[in-house]
Formats: sequence, structure tokens, C-alpha cells
Amino acid sequence: MFEYAPAPESREIVDLRPSYGLFIDGEFTEGSGPAFKTVNPATEETLAEVACASADDVDRAVRAARKAFGGWSGLPGSERAKYLFRIARIIQERARELAVLESLDNGKPIRESRDVDLPLVAAHFFYYAGWADKLQYAGFGTKPLGVAGQVIPWNFPLLMLAWKVAPALACGNTVVLKPAETTPLTALLFAEISRQAELPPGVVNIVTGAGETGAAVVAHPEVDKVAFTGSTEVGRLIARTVAGTGKKVTLELGGKAANIVFDDAPIDQAVEGIVNGIFFNQGHVCCAGSRLLVQESVQEELLAALKRRLGTLRLGDPLDKNTDIGAINSAEQLARIRSLSEAGESEGAERWSPACELPERGFWFPPTLFTGVAQSHTIAREEIFGPVLSVLTFRTPAEAVEKANNTPYGLSAGVWTEKGSRILWMAERLRAGVVWANTFNKFDPASPFGGYKESGYGREGGLHGLEAYLDV
Amino acid sequence: MTTSLADVAASGATLRAFLHGLPGVDRVGADQRAAMLGTRSIKTTAKARAIDLAISMVDLTTLEGADTRGKVRAMCVKAVRPGGGAPRVAAVCVYPDLVPVAVEAVAGSGVKVASVATAFPSGRSSLDVKVADTAFAVAAGADEIDMVIDRGAFLSGDYLKVYEEIVAVKAACGEAHLKVILETGELVTYDNVRRASWLAMLAGADFIKTSTGKVSPAATLPVTLIMLEAVRDFRDRTGRQVGVKPAGGIRTTKDAIKNLVLVQETAGADWLTPDWFRLGASSLLNDLLMQREKLATGRYAGPDYFTLD
Repeated sequence: MFEYAPAPESREIVDLRPSYGLFIDGEFTEGSGPAFKTVNPATEETLAEVACASADDVDRAVRAARKAFGGWSGLPGSERAKYLFRIARIIQERARELAVLESLDNGKPIRESRDVDLPLVAAHFFYYAGWADKLQYAGFGTKPLGVAGQVIPWNFPLLMLAWKVAPALACGNTVVLKPAETTPLTALLFAEISRQAELPPGVVNIVTGAGETGAAVVAHPEVDKVAFTGSTEVGRLIARTVAGTGKKVTLELGGKAANIVFDDAPIDQAVEGIVNGIFFNQGHVCCAGSRLLVQESVQEELLAALKRRLGTLRLGDPLDKNTDIGAINSAEQLARIRSLSEAGESEGAERWSPACELPERGFWFPPTLFTGVAQSHTIAREEIFGPVLSVLTFRTPAEAVEKANNTPYGLSAGVWTEKGSRILWMAERLRAGVVWANTFNKFDPASPFGGYKESGYGREGGLHGLEAYLDV
Repeated sequence: MTTSLADVAASGATLRAFLHGLPGVDRVGADQRAAMLGTRSIKTTAKARAIDLAISMVDLTTLEGADTRGKVRAMCVKAVRPGGGAPRVAAVCVYPDLVPVAVEAVAGSGVKVASVATAFPSGRSSLDVKVADTAFAVAAGADEIDMVIDRGAFLSGDYLKVYEEIVAVKAACGEAHLKVILETGELVTYDNVRRASWLAMLAGADFIKTSTGKVSPAATLPVTLIMLEAVRDFRDRTGRQVGVKPAGGIRTTKDAIKNLVLVQETAGADWLTPDWFRLGASSLLNDLLMQREKLATGRYAGPDYFTLD
């Protein structure tokens, strides 16, 4: 047995400022709301003070975006593409800096921010840069909408920014983006990158703040398009706010995905897929495979293998290159995960975690699985958004489909079987925006992503992602 | 052994049914898992321990037509005392006719003598010749026999032939430990690697080994991963522990450490000793010694400071 010595990625590369302003019309400016602190969830250390945008500040940002819209949308697509390519390259050049900052502010392991988030962020900008001068072939016309108001979550701060900003800009829109209140730092570094890329002032504006700032962005009459990723609860509020205004909306909301394992599945890879499905990013993933549906005939074997595998997960310092599970993003989220897990126990499901020491400071939750879960348990219905897996069983493919679909959500699903025809049969019947076969949590900018039912509407990514930013 | 496994080799049909009933391996997923484990960052004290552990697991090998007594003797000296205070390696691996030379050269050191046998590397001869080849090496004093399976028989689906050959060679080994080389580069698919691993273990292999070193690709990380899963699952099922030896293409300290990470996070710490995990290699040893020196002194010494044998 050899213990891995600590292998921390250096923080030196990140130049943290004591305070950050709003980014409006190409300049960093003060906010008129009360500044707030953003903390490192792994240590509870304050990283920086961040300005809070009031409704007036949001108004300034929207006016800046409106003013910039004419020039930006008037550029030939090939010219807009140049800016996007330039941004993509700068992101690659500064990838390590962005990855470290993301892990500091969000709590996710550096291995994930380095190997998943940042490569995907750059890939999104490259991908949509390629579309900018080919919009006439996409089938949605070439007319942009105007000013896009975008509100993004804290689980993939920079990646969600890329999903929103890249297609908006490629289509000729300008944006006002509000990052999540607990993870504003990489968006503000992106603001700096957009200056480095000499993006015209006002094309990208970043307003930081909490729910009220987001509400102001969504409600602003000069915003032509609203894009939101986050909870279903807030998604409903937004849908109500924009109803009847003529604003175009896309919502990417919660999920309670089923990861379905048949008895002929490649077991070792299925175990990896289950681990990746629910413990990737501490389970802070809207498409997380939070319900494991396993065929009853292999339940015992699979659970034994899964438990053995969970014993090897390394929880701790997000900046350590060998960490698999980082910190929960906030005290508030940790409280929610705890209370739902307690509900799981009190409703009679059996709780299990591997032996796992939690750091004393910071927000932490051990990888947890619940067995003996029934469809009627709270933990099988509600999105936990944490490293908590509910294990249910099924007997036949039809029962698997029925249970998988029996949720108000419909964002993603996973199917594990060596039988190709069964994969197709399942994919046809699963009401989920993405169905992964013998893999999970695979993302590509060319592939559309979005939900059924309460998981939202509209698609992001791929050719389909252009529709949301064009006047079709 | 459970009764179900005792009857597995009752006929070609039962053996086939068993091997084809093993869970499949998804290539994309297996590659991904191996690549992820390859990103583990092993630094400072952990690296120092890993380097010494890796040295102690090396089967220092020379398998050339041009091998001579002098060449083997020199290699054995290095195996016993790699230099710089490094631990001795696990074994030397030579052709059968050079076993007596190696036995004499490593006598009393604890370094084992392994010999390839069974019409190595292709395995294309009669069973009698293979058994005789094995008996010759054992009589000469080999502690370990590295046999090759009949890949032609395996690929044509004649699993029973492969099984019976391993059983026969195992009998000829007597006290000597038997390592069964699957030559995974010729089996190609990961499903085949898993089946061949189980086949060898069922037939009595003490170790399963990836490659002869004569075929490329040899010991890739995903193949070693799948073999580690197989020995882990076999022990769960039967209680018997089988060792793993990746061989061929492991040239750098980085490669060696990736293998140790794979062992630790797949089969577990029980396999992290020279009794249960070996690295078949020749040039690897000098790279391990070089990195060892670098960790101790903070400087890289030139290649001339490490002996070539």
C-alpha cells in the first residue's frame, strides 16, 4: 500500500484581487448594491468582495448591451468568428489559471476543472466561432434577437457561461450575464479575457449579485431573450415573469436522472459510469444519474462492486491533483443535502457511505448511497444536487422505462447493456433530453442538451443551440 | 473452489459457456478508466516509495537470440545489486538454456530465476515439446516458468486445448511458479483478454502476464486494468490469489508508477508486493535508478552514471 503524498496545484497562478466590480460597457465599475463576499467552500476562507448590481446597475448594463448590439450584429459573421476564436485561444492559454480559480471558488476538484470544465469551455467557443459565418445554412435565419439576459448557476460557473455566451455572440446578440452569487470569480476573469480579446465594449456585460439582480435582468423590458440554468423553482418564477412579454426563453432546470443497468451490462464500466454519474462534481450536476435502476438479478453483484469502488474515492482538498470528491459549494446546499438524506433515512431507506474522513473546516458531504429505495421515497423524487445515490431495482425493460419516466423531470438517462437493439428500444421510450448508452455525463459542444417536462425547454449546444439566439 | 467452477472445464462446451458468460468489457469505458488513473500525481515521498517498490517488482529480462553466458551473468549482477543502495529486483528472466548461468549468478541473493518456455514466443509446437521445454528449464533450476498460450487455438475458439496445455505445463512445473502469457496484443479485444485471464486462472496459473515483449502493443494500461479486475474477481469467487505481470513496453518510471496506481486502485494493496505483481522489463530499471537518484539529490545525473548491462 502506498499513500499518495499531497500533490497540490499551486494557487500562485491566480491573481486574486481583494474586490471586484461589475463589468459594464467594457469597464469594471462599482455596484450600487451592498458588496458581498465569495468564499472558498473547502476552507470557508473569504476569497474576495464582489460588487452587487442593483436594478439601476442592471439597467446600465442592458443599455450598454443595447448600444453595442447594432455594431456587433452588423459585423459580418466571419468577423464575429474572429473574436470568438480569439477568446477560445486565450481561454486555452489561461486554462490553468481559470481551472485553479474555478476550483477555489466552486470547490470542485482540480482534476475536473482542468480535464473537463476548461477543455469544454474552450471547445464551446471554438464550436460556435465556426457557426458565426455559416448561420444561413443552419435553417433558423440569420437575424439575432438583440440583448440576451443570461442567468447561470454555481455548479459549472465558467462552462455555463460558455454555453450561454458563445452561441449568443456567434448569432450577433449582445449579452448581460449574471453569474451565481457563490461563484462569480471566473465570470469576472472572463470579463478580463474579453477585454484582452478586444471584444467591443458592451457586447458582454457581467453583473454580479444574488436573486434580485437576476430578477432585474430577467424583468428588464429591453432584454429580448432570457436564458436560465438553475432550479426548477426559479425557472417557474422566470417563466411567469416573461409570460406575455414577447421575450424568448430557454430554461435548463433540474433533473432526477435514471441510470439503468441491465444484467448483461459491462459491469466494471457500469460501476465507473454510476460513480461518474452521481459523484462527478459532488453530484452538483443537473443531469446527474441520481437514481440507479439496477436489474434485480445483478443487484447484489453490482452493489458489492459499487461499494468497493466507493472505498477508493479520495475526498479532500479540491486543489490536490488526486482528489476525486471536492467540497459542497455552500453551507446552504450542504444543509439541503443533509436534510434530504435524513428524510431518506427516516422514510426507511438504508444509508451507506464508505469510511471517509471529512475535513474540519469547509462544507463537506461523504459519497452516500441509499439502498432499498422505492419510487415513493422523497430521495427518489426530489433533486438532491449532491453526492447521494438512490438505488432502485427493476425486473423487465418495460418496468425500467416506466420507473425512469415516472418523475416530473426529464433531462437525462443512462442505459447500460451490451445489447445494441435494447439501447435503441430504450432510447425511443425514455423521456429525457439526453440518453447516454454505456457511458454517462459525456458532453460535446456539437451535441444539443436540454430537458423534457420540468427539466425545462429549449436546447443548448449543437446546431439546435443556435435556434434560441435567432429570430426564427 | 466452488462446485460450479470445478466443473467449468468438464468439456469444451461448458468452458465456452462459462467464458462467454463473463460480463463484457466496454472498450471506451475501460480506456477512460485507465487514462483517468494515469493522471494520478505521485510526488515526493510517495514517489520515492513507489520507485523502490517498482524496482523490487522488476523481472529483469533478456530474451534475445544473441544472449550469451556473459550477457546473462552481467545482467544478474545488476539484478542483485542495482546500485545506489536500491533494493534487488524480483527476478531475472532468460531463455531455458541460460537458466543454469542465471541460477549460479544470483545464488543466495533472493533474486528468482524465471525462464520462458513452451516454444516461446509463438507457442507453435506440440504439447510434448512444450512440456519437455518446461521440464528442461525446471530441471536447470528455474524458480518460475513464463509460458505462452496457444493464441491460434484461443482465437479459433478451442478453449479446452488452451486449458489442457496450461494444466499440463503446470504439472511439469512441479514446485516452480507458473506465469501464463496471454499475448494480449494478438488477442486484440478486451473481452478476449478477460476470457483468457479467467481461462489461465482456472487452469492453475500462479500469475497472468500480458505479453512476450515480441508483439506490439504489449502491456497497455487498459489491458493491465482488465487483468487486475480478473484476478480481483477470481479471488472473490474462489479464494485463490493470482498475480499479474505486465511486460513489454514499460520503459519509464512514469509508466511503472501508473501501473502501481492501477494495482492499488483496482485489485488493492494485497497485490502491491513482488509476490503478486511484477513488471517485466529491461531498460526500465535504469530509468527507475535515474529517477531515484534525482529524488535523492535533486539533480539528474547523465546516462553514463548508470550501468549498461
